[in-house]
Amino acid sequence: MIFGLDAKTIYLLIPLSCLAGALLAGLLGWKIGRRASHVVTILGVAVAFGLSAFVVLPDVLAGKTFNGPVYTWAVSGGIPLEVGFLIDPLSALMMVVVTFVSLMVHVYTIGYMHDDPGYQRFFSYIALFTFAMLMLVMSNNFLQLFFGWEAVGVVSYLLIGFWYTRPTAIYANLKAFLVNRVGDFGFLLGIAAVYMYFGTLDYGAVFGIAPQLAAKVVQVLPGVDWNLITLISILLFIGAMGKSAQVPLHVWLPDSMEGPTPISALIHAATMVTAGVFMVARMSPIYELSTTALSVVLVIGAITAFFMGLVGIVQNDIKRVVAYSTLSQLGYMMVALGASAYSVGIFHLMTHAFFKALLFLAAGSVIIGMHHEQDMRNMGGLRRRMPMTWLTAWIGALALIGFPMFAGFFSKDMIIEAVHHSKTPGATFAYLAVLLGVFVTAFYTFRMIFMTFHGKPRMDKETFDHVHESPWVVTLPLVLLAIPSFAIGFLTIEPLLFGNYFGTSIHVSTQHPVMLELAHDFAKGGESSVNRIGVFVAHGFQSLPFLFAMIGLGLAWLLYLRYPEVPGKIQARAKGLYALLLNKYYADEFNEAVFGRGARGLGNLFWRIGDVRLIDGLLVNGSARLVGWASSIVRQIQSGYVYHYAFAMILGLFLLITFFLHG
Amino acid sequence: MTAAMPNFLPVAPEIFVFSMACVILLVDLFLSDARRGVTYLLTQLTLIGAAVLTVKGMSAAAVMTFNGMFVGDALANVLKLAIYGVTFFGFAYSRDYLRERGMYRGEYFVLGLFGVVGMMVMASASHFLTLYLGLELLSLCVYAMVALQRDSGQSTEAAMKYFVLGAMASGLLLYGMSMLYGMTGSLEISAVRKAIEGLSADNVILVFGLVFVVVGIAFKLGAVPFHMWVPDVYHGAPTAVTVYLGTAPKLAAFALVMRLLVGGLEGLAVSWQSMLIILAILSMAAGNVIAIAQDNIKRMLAYSSISHMGFFLLGIVSVSQNGYSSALFYVVVYAVMSLGAFGMVILLSRAGFEAERLDDFKGLNQRSPWHAFLMLLVMISMAGVPPTFGFYAKLLVIQSVINAGMIWLAIVAVLLAVIGAFYYLRVIKLMYFDDADDKAPLGGPADVRVLMGINALALVLLIPWVGVLMEVCRAAIRALAVA
Repeated sequence: MIFGLDAKTIYLLIPLSCLAGALLAGLLGWKIGRRASHVVTILGVAVAFGLSAFVVLPDVLAGKTFNGPVYTWAVSGGIPLEVGFLIDPLSALMMVVVTFVSLMVHVYTIGYMHDDPGYQRFFSYIALFTFAMLMLVMSNNFLQLFFGWEAVGVVSYLLIGFWYTRPTAIYANLKAFLVNRVGDFGFLLGIAAVYMYFGTLDYGAVFGIAPQLAAKVVQVLPGVDWNLITLISILLFIGAMGKSAQVPLHVWLPDSMEGPTPISALIHAATMVTAGVFMVARMSPIYELSTTALSVVLVIGAITAFFMGLVGIVQNDIKRVVAYSTLSQLGYMMVALGASAYSVGIFHLMTHAFFKALLFLAAGSVIIGMHHEQDMRNMGGLRRRMPMTWLTAWIGALALIGFPMFAGFFSKDMIIEAVHHSKTPGATFAYLAVLLGVFVTAFYTFRMIFMTFHGKPRMDKETFDHVHESPWVVTLPLVLLAIPSFAIGFLTIEPLLFGNYFGTSIHVSTQHPVMLELAHDFAKGGESSVNRIGVFVAHGFQSLPFLFAMIGLGLAWLLYLRYPEVPGKIQARAKGLYALLLNKYYADEFNEAVFGRGARGLGNLFWRIGDVRLIDGLLVNGSARLVGWASSIVRQIQSGYVYHYAFAMILGLFLLITFFLHG
Repeated sequence: MTAAMPNFLPVAPEIFVFSMACVILLVDLFLSDARRGVTYLLTQLTLIGAAVLTVKGMSAAAVMTFNGMFVGDALANVLKLAIYGVTFFGFAYSRDYLRERGMYRGEYFVLGLFGVVGMMVMASASHFLTLYLGLELLSLCVYAMVALQRDSGQSTEAAMKYFVLGAMASGLLLYGMSMLYGMTGSLEISAVRKAIEGLSADNVILVFGLVFVVVGIAFKLGAVPFHMWVPDVYHGAPTAVTVYLGTAPKLAAFALVMRLLVGGLEGLAVSWQSMLIILAILSMAAGNVIAIAQDNIKRMLAYSSISHMGFFLLGIVSVSQNGYSSALFYVVVYAVMSLGAFGMVILLSRAGFEAERLDDFKGLNQRSPWHAFLMLLVMISMAGVPPTFGFYAKLLVIQSVINAGMIWLAIVAVLLAVIGAFYYLRVIKLMYFDDADDKAPLGGPADVRVLMGINALALVLLIPWVGVLMEVCRAAIRALAVA
């Protein structure tokens, strides 16, 4: 309760203030100018952040949750189509993370997009994105979830193609759109299945009914029995695979780097791509009923975590390195979900949002400094020219590799521990994948840091002399993001994972007691919270992941600072492997050859026979000709003579009378 | 029957508008041409005042007065408010058009107001005679208004045709009413209803009378084959009159349908249902098909109105509460769309130049993107493209037809609506993809531009409240059933 507003109004105000900013900047941006455009959108997002962090979150911590409709749009076939909010610890946490990162990105954009002609349009889009994302996380029903899901997809599409005169950007946004269609198709089928068998789209009702249907079997193909819950879970997960870029639907995310860097940070790293993770966590009461589905989540996540990290090693574009690291980290989150450690997944989602946004924005800062050069082979030694960017990038990198005490350490170590404890089929494989993934992560992260900031400058002297630190609107968000990237881990690990923060918003069945075991281990640390965290950190220094991370870091140092000529030699030796990684396992080529060509062939066939002959030839042109002909005949009746008109009336009267009295 | 004073409260808006019309007539006599704005202002204030009176006089239960000749119920109130609204906008759109053509005198507004009184009486009629009285008051005003441009041969011809055919239709309607009176022995609608309950539904004289009544109504609506006057009159009349004629009287005609067919003759629904089906299909087919061949936008909109009237009849045809309320919703939405379309034609016209041809809309986007956008909204709404009100109106009507078990009719209606989409989309194509012949920037006073914006944007922006508006329509119809 604040300013005398009731809770419902505040909940409504949070997304709507972003929407208002987006509409003002989008529709009136040309009139109110650049300054006013960023002021209104930042104000809108700031209001949303303020209310989320200082009103909703304290409310939720005090146990005041909300679940209900705020607006009924229509009732169709007995199903109310309504806008409803479910405000519980899970959504409150997401709201704070989304609005905070969004606010940072808004401020940063002032500097980054300073000279862009599409300035107002950009602000309008990112504010609209924030609105859509909030609608997604605050939803209490599948329909609104789907709305938010698609809306963030549309904005993402618009933003990837923001520089719409670049052919590569258009290609990338089309690709993102098509790949997401595949995922969304599964997602929509999943929602349809929920409606068909549960008869409602409300979360609460669905979760209530789900246990009764746990053993229900359906036949999608005749003769093949499928467990209903498993089917629904996997269909919904296909949607999550598209949105959260999991193998094999990951191909769009690296290309999405064609968009401006602020959105790579906001949408393609911190928030939108985590929607899939959020969705699975939200649906935990359903997923917990199907070990099969959890196993799928676990294995897909593990594959993504390890193999996408490997590709990051060979990238030379600074943004692409971070993009592949995002893919790999999303895989980690999925692994946590698959191991039934939902809260750990969300915990990693949160820490990752901060440090990955930080890394992206730092990369963006480097790109501004280098005048839109993104190739790391032309960088080096920037540490002295951009000290603030360098410092914050280091913090982000240490958080990403999970260096003890940094935010990423707590979440990543917990994931590894959780998988270690998990009994879900595939857990052993996943454990290996995430463990080796730590080495890979450390290697590519510090390869990037060393190539960019350290060593000798690999550009000509004039360019190097022109590099300078970015303006304060850019560095301020870096600093503000660096703080949580360091501190958010030890500050929140206890309440989030072992306290009762999530309460009933996440459901873990007693069959998957991973969290209990983790809590048991953690509690051995001692009586006080500081003790427990201290012991955990101290243990972190002796653990296997730390060793792997240090090996990766050291290797990167050896190869890219100490002996920079070695990587070229390795590359020449291991040509096959290098080409495989450089071409991203040929996934694009495979999709192009099989799906691309297949779809085009099929399309051509339909076009020639269906469209040109049947629809255009017979139906469209044929009927148009018929109507045109009829029209030219019938208009002759309108002769202009009043006695013709009167005659027509009398005739009509007679026909009616005859018909009804003697017919 | 005693000589007691009738209850004047329900009639207060009618009395107010009528007296104000007389006052304006007098005031206008003493105004110089330069100060004609006073007439205009008084007229608009009258409409606002009437709206206030109507809102204040609203009561949950229906109130009868004048010995059961006049009723104040929710249906009447909703229709009246809609009539004030569209007339208000129509007058505002017309002001400059009239001034530029030397017609900016009291006649237009006074006749318009008397016509409004006629429509109000129709909306509130609970007696055949009141209904007829209102109808004739409206018709006489409109005949004169069509002929307002005395020097124009086209206008005079249109007025002449309208008058002759209108007189004939009135005769047919009266004849039908007399038949019904002969059988039922009453002119009061509720008494007629009761009397019919006691008679067989295929009573020859009743059906005979019914046919005449339906023909009279069909003429007013402009349903095929009683539609011939519509294109000629819409085209021939000054656009300022067309905007009046093409909007509010449709609402009054709806009142005619509801009061007569549903209120009085619902016992004969089996018969009038099939008559209306024939009229509806013919109207949708002829209206949509012939509209394609038009190159004059006023004629095109006239045929479009014929097809829309056919469509709205489908709601009546389903003979159900839901159907009636969807028809009411449809008519109101149609009035708003039609208002926007004719308003745009007026806005494009200048002194000595009528923007009547479709080609005058060419390249509107280059001349004024905002107005092109507004016209786009009106056109897609007329075509029934989501997310506009036009779509919801069509959807609701079709839903009621399907609920009544006439799926074939719904399919026919949708197919014909698809044909109709062609000519609406053609306007959009002209506006956005063709080059303008006429590069003159778009004028129009500020208040008209604002009203035009409200008019067109309402078709989209009010969508979130579609449920509320539909509920208003339902309530209005429910009130009728209770009365």
